[in-house]
Amino acid sequence: MGKYILRRLVISIPVLLGITLITFFAYNLAPGDPIDAMIDPSVTMDPADLSRLREQLGLDRPIIVRYGIWLREAVQGNLGYSYRSGEAVLDRIGRRLPATLQLTVTALVLAIGLGIPLGIISALKQYSRLDYALTFFAFGGISIPNFFLALGAIYFLALKLKLFPSHGMGDPDADFFMASRLHHLILPALVLGLDRVAGFLRYTRSSMLEVLGQDYMTTAKAKGLAGNIIVIRHGLRNALISIITIVGLSLPALFGGSVIVETIFAWPGMGQMAISAVTQRDYPVLMGVALVSSVIVLLSNLLADIAYAIVDPRIRYN
Amino acid sequence: MTHSTAAQAAPTLSMQPPPAAGFFRSRFWRRFSRHRLAVAGMLVMLVLTFSAITAPWLAPYAPSAINMRAIRNAPNANHWLGTDGAGRDVLSRMIYAGRISLSVGLVAAGIALALGALLGLISGYYSGNVDFWIMRFTDVMMTIPTLIIIITVVAAVGPSVYNVMLVLGIFGWPGTCRLVRGETLSLRERDFTLAAQCLGVPTMRIVFRHILPNVVAPIVVAGTFFVAGAILTEAALSFLGIGVQIPTATWGNMLTDAQSLTTLEQMPWLWLPPGIMITVTVLSINFIGDALRDALDPRLTR
Repeated sequence: MGKYILRRLVISIPVLLGITLITFFAYNLAPGDPIDAMIDPSVTMDPADLSRLREQLGLDRPIIVRYGIWLREAVQGNLGYSYRSGEAVLDRIGRRLPATLQLTVTALVLAIGLGIPLGIISALKQYSRLDYALTFFAFGGISIPNFFLALGAIYFLALKLKLFPSHGMGDPDADFFMASRLHHLILPALVLGLDRVAGFLRYTRSSMLEVLGQDYMTTAKAKGLAGNIIVIRHGLRNALISIITIVGLSLPALFGGSVIVETIFAWPGMGQMAISAVTQRDYPVLMGVALVSSVIVLLSNLLADIAYAIVDPRIRYN
Repeated sequence: MTHSTAAQAAPTLSMQPPPAAGFFRSRFWRRFSRHRLAVAGMLVMLVLTFSAITAPWLAPYAPSAINMRAIRNAPNANHWLGTDGAGRDVLSRMIYAGRISLSVGLVAAGIALALGALLGLISGYYSGNVDFWIMRFTDVMMTIPTLIIIITVVAAVGPSVYNVMLVLGIFGWPGTCRLVRGETLSLRERDFTLAAQCLGVPTMRIVFRHILPNVVAPIVVAGTFFVAGAILTEAALSFLGIGVQIPTATWGNMLTDAQSLTTLEQMPWLWLPPGIMITVTVLSINFIGDALRDALDPRLTR
């Protein structure tokens, strides 16, 4: 088991390097350089001063060298400074990250908690009315754009029925702050999680169906085991193996979706910050957000791999 | 199908009506049409394609024509779906927007599939070191939340229809690549590949003439779902104001105004119709993709 985890960790290193490479070069596609961004265009500067500044900051060096320097700093936790506020990027992200994690983790928990059981039901009652209804719901959930769903949810549930607040994280002065927090969290988390609910439902259904058709299921039935025990112990356990993979694979989409959901619900997280960074052309902040969320996804995938090994002994002993 | 599956499918081949019997009696259509919703989806897509092509004749107004005397009008006899904040006709903009959504989806899918298929074929056929590095590259691309990178890149290179197509395509290949690689790995071990190798057929020809045709079916299915995904991403980008810019109408940027609560609450005609259009389009494409998977998969004989 330890060896397996170690091997996964080692494989993650080139992936991590690749992530930094892509983020760095994507950011370098932007026209102009930090000097152009930092200096007020209305101030006329002597070109000689400008080139001296560039030299001081190492901007005249080849891009590979700049990548090396940037990587050296990034490893030490320095992701640069915001063009707008001059704050360290990592500090800004650190302040926004808890809100994003709260939202994405809640959405993920909702998606797993709803998607997997519904998928099991759908598989057990294959071709029933319920199965068709759930399948249709799943297709709808995958197809509806989350920003439209968010607007619809705000329109009907927040503005018309006044069941939920339409934006924000909750009022810290409220009498029951935790309750207010939860109340604010439900709508955005549901919107963010819905397409994953649908995805997990479809996936659980098909992998359950595959498992239910296996010979060992027939054997278990022939042994006279109770229906629920067969489904849970023999069916679900084997179906879970592929479901874990799909949960891990859906994390990047969850972070991507949080950008949109946070913007619409004015949820003060990392995604909302990314969108305002785009409009302000604040590339260091954007690069930091991309890097930090990729690293979180990478770490969660590692966790998923470990979970994989726990569920499936074949992987452990390979 | 070509060589490999021809031998396998030989018994069923004789049961197939001759091609002259027409498309509607083919095995493909029989399997496809079992999915009623996919047939409905096809009809929707036909209508949408038609309206996108004939937009200049179909739309009652020019899509970007500003009319200061009809700002934010509710739906009425002149403007069936009302007008937006600059007095532009919502219905006309909806019709024109279909052009953008469909072409972005198709072009982005074309780029992503071509890249993904090429890398997947190389990776699967050569295996070894090449395979290792291409797969690590795929891992990287699948770990990065692409929407965040796409936002950065589109902002950097400048938001335009073409850039959105290009960026969606360039960041969309990993899924296809993994799929094609997996199929290629197993096709490479098959007898027909060995036979071709023994005959001295050049590698390029083996890969493109013998292996590629056998992975076309999964690529088509993946491609269909990719078109749906690309339409959603384009809509999201345009909604956030980062994708296709106003005055060019897209279903996504028509919803941008609804970020203000007053518009959202009091002018539902501005955001409901384009939102419904995106949903119906993507839903139709997903239904078609699902039916295609059943109809094209030679392993599923039901």
